[in-house]
Amino acid sequence: MNGVRKGYVRPLDLRHGAVDMTHGSGGRAMAQLIEELFAKHLGNDFLGQRNDGAVMPLPRGRLVMSTDGHVVSPLFFPGGDIGCLSVNGTINDVAVLGATPLYLAAGFILEEGLPLADLVRIVESMARAASEAGVPVVTGDTKVVQKGAGDGVYITTTGVGVVADGEDFSGDRARPGDQIIVSGSIGEHGMAIMAQRESLGFAAPIVSDTAALHGLIAAMRASGAAIRALRDPTRGGVATTLNEIAGQSGVGMMLQESALPVQAEVAAACEFLGLDPLYVANEGKLLAIVAAEDVDKLLAAMRAHPLGQRAAMIGSVHADAHHFVQMTTGFGGRRIVDWLTGEQLPRIC
Amino acid sequence: MRFIDEFRDGELARGLAAAIRQAARTDRDYAFMEFCGGHTHAIARYGVADLLPPSVHLIHGPGCPVCVLPIGRIDMAIRLAIDAGVTLCSYGDPMRVPASDGLSLIKAKATLGRGGRAGAAAGSATAGGEIRMLYSPADALALAQQHPERQVVFFAIGFETTTPPTALLIKQAQALDLRNFSVLCCHVLTPSAIASILESPEVRRWGTLALDGFIGPAHVSTIIGTRPYVFFAEEYRKPVVIAGFEPLDVMQAILMLIKQVNAGQALVENEFSRAVSRDGNRKAQQLVSEVFELRRSFAWRGLGELPYSALRIRREFADFDAERRFGVGYQPVEDHPACECGAVLRGVKRPQDCRIFGSVCTPENPVGSCMVSSEGACAAHYSFGRFVDAGDGAVTCAAPGLAVTP
Repeated sequence: MNGVRKGYVRPLDLRHGAVDMTHGSGGRAMAQLIEELFAKHLGNDFLGQRNDGAVMPLPRGRLVMSTDGHVVSPLFFPGGDIGCLSVNGTINDVAVLGATPLYLAAGFILEEGLPLADLVRIVESMARAASEAGVPVVTGDTKVVQKGAGDGVYITTTGVGVVADGEDFSGDRARPGDQIIVSGSIGEHGMAIMAQRESLGFAAPIVSDTAALHGLIAAMRASGAAIRALRDPTRGGVATTLNEIAGQSGVGMMLQESALPVQAEVAAACEFLGLDPLYVANEGKLLAIVAAEDVDKLLAAMRAHPLGQRAAMIGSVHADAHHFVQMTTGFGGRRIVDWLTGEQLPRIC
Repeated sequence: MRFIDEFRDGELARGLAAAIRQAARTDRDYAFMEFCGGHTHAIARYGVADLLPPSVHLIHGPGCPVCVLPIGRIDMAIRLAIDAGVTLCSYGDPMRVPASDGLSLIKAKATLGRGGRAGAAAGSATAGGEIRMLYSPADALALAQQHPERQVVFFAIGFETTTPPTALLIKQAQALDLRNFSVLCCHVLTPSAIASILESPEVRRWGTLALDGFIGPAHVSTIIGTRPYVFFAEEYRKPVVIAGFEPLDVMQAILMLIKQVNAGQALVENEFSRAVSRDGNRKAQQLVSEVFELRRSFAWRGLGELPYSALRIRREFADFDAERRFGVGYQPVEDHPACECGAVLRGVKRPQDCRIFGSVCTPENPVGSCMVSSEGACAAHYSFGRFVDAGDGAVTCAAPGLAVTP
């Protein structure tokens, strides 16, 4: 980020103003936007270096890096917005590899005409999420595209963290006999978005579960349980994530439908729209594959954390040359829980 | 969830399964066709077949609206968007059905999305053609109102369940005097498809398709009632039990069918009495007959040309008939030579009997329509039941907390 000369004619009109092409031109208007909006809310020592990048100290260990683009529509939804989503999502991607997330970078693509008031809300929400997580946004970039070439705002965040030697959480480590745990009720983020888009009126609205999971993961690691793999079941939901792990590890899985935690409102909305909660995105849940003997230990540690209170064992891993994820239905039959085909819910994160 | 979970109760299912085992004679087999894709989907999704004795066979029927749509009809929809430059609105399900020239609605949508802008810049006649997916037909009408400069066409497909909403849409468009809205009507009729199955040589002449009765449509019957099925029971001596789309409905219907077969009866029974009456929804029927009339003939995928098996828009509403307005006609197109969708739709083959099932033809790369819709027999079997073909049927599942032994 470039240095800013003082002496603007007028401060940004954050109440009634809108993003225009000059805000991405590299000129004074852009510098003003960065100064009065991004730097003001996200400010920290690294961002304050005002260089094109940031220089940070790195603790010992192996570097973990992950990047994620966020294009959710609508930008604001019950339980969150694109701002906190873009912070939490990337922190989670780093944390599920067993790493301690340290720094974030954020790239904004703004559409001409976006109300500055909306942008303020989004950046404030990002700042709050980053501050609560203790993971600062250390560098960023802003571009503006013409009206019609974007949809309000897209945010790409990149996160780095470090993982200690010897800690290897990976999707290829599931073994027959291992058990599958989910950290809480599923499908809330996707259905919160969908209920808003489809104007489904519920007495209690479905609220997105967006949350940074590195605290919960730290508690899980501290329990000493033999965790094989962690993953956050975002797009494609629990079904897709388990199929990925089953394929990576070369194993099969068997789920128990009756053990799946699903909120009544989510189940009802899914029923109404013909969706399956197993395929609906989560933004604050994780799946853990754990050695059978450590299940109780891990569940106890998870349930003691606010984000893992409804943690539940939902199935187990077995040998299967076809790598099928199957489920015993509540009805008593059996079926495959396949990869998601096509696009169930577009632009949910 | 009240009023839903009651119809998916595992304990009731076990009780019904025991009753079915008890009722089924050991010296014979039973083959029942579930007509509707909704039933096919429920059977696969809840694993209903696992609860049935091996002597009870379920045959998937042609009641999947997307599956029975021939390629030529999808081509018409695509041509409307590409050649006539309209905004074509479709339900999600038909979007991925393969059409001619390697296209599908979803592929055409992507091309138009790119070419649309370029076309507009070049001032070409096809500028602005686009394809949109929507959840409710009412959205198509709203779109036409918001964009008076665009021609909006609703791609109307489905059996009797989806026909009244389309009729209502056309009436509303007329009341609003909308000049930029029309419907590509591809609505088809359930009784024609059942008659076609019963008249097919496999059933009637060769007897290669054993058929002891029908699990009758759920939602369709809420509209047309139970009366249209009496003819099949009486004329063809096949029992029909109309059943809801919940898995317990299906189990109950199977038990009722077995009892009828054992007693040598062929009656129309109504398991879905919570929603279906003898006469159906008179108001909806009136609305439909006001707006639509029978087509002399209509081509179905798998079943061929069937006389008086589909609807078209009446002359009084000709302004809202996209076929008339844009002069698009139906051109028959051969199915892929290896695709067995036709035989699957007639119940003559099972999805796994098709040579390309699960290899060349998958939900990601469907060759035939039955692999596209979640109500299609091939997609249902691929997505929920193909572990049976893999021969690992012995994997038993333990209760939570116990490791599974393969």
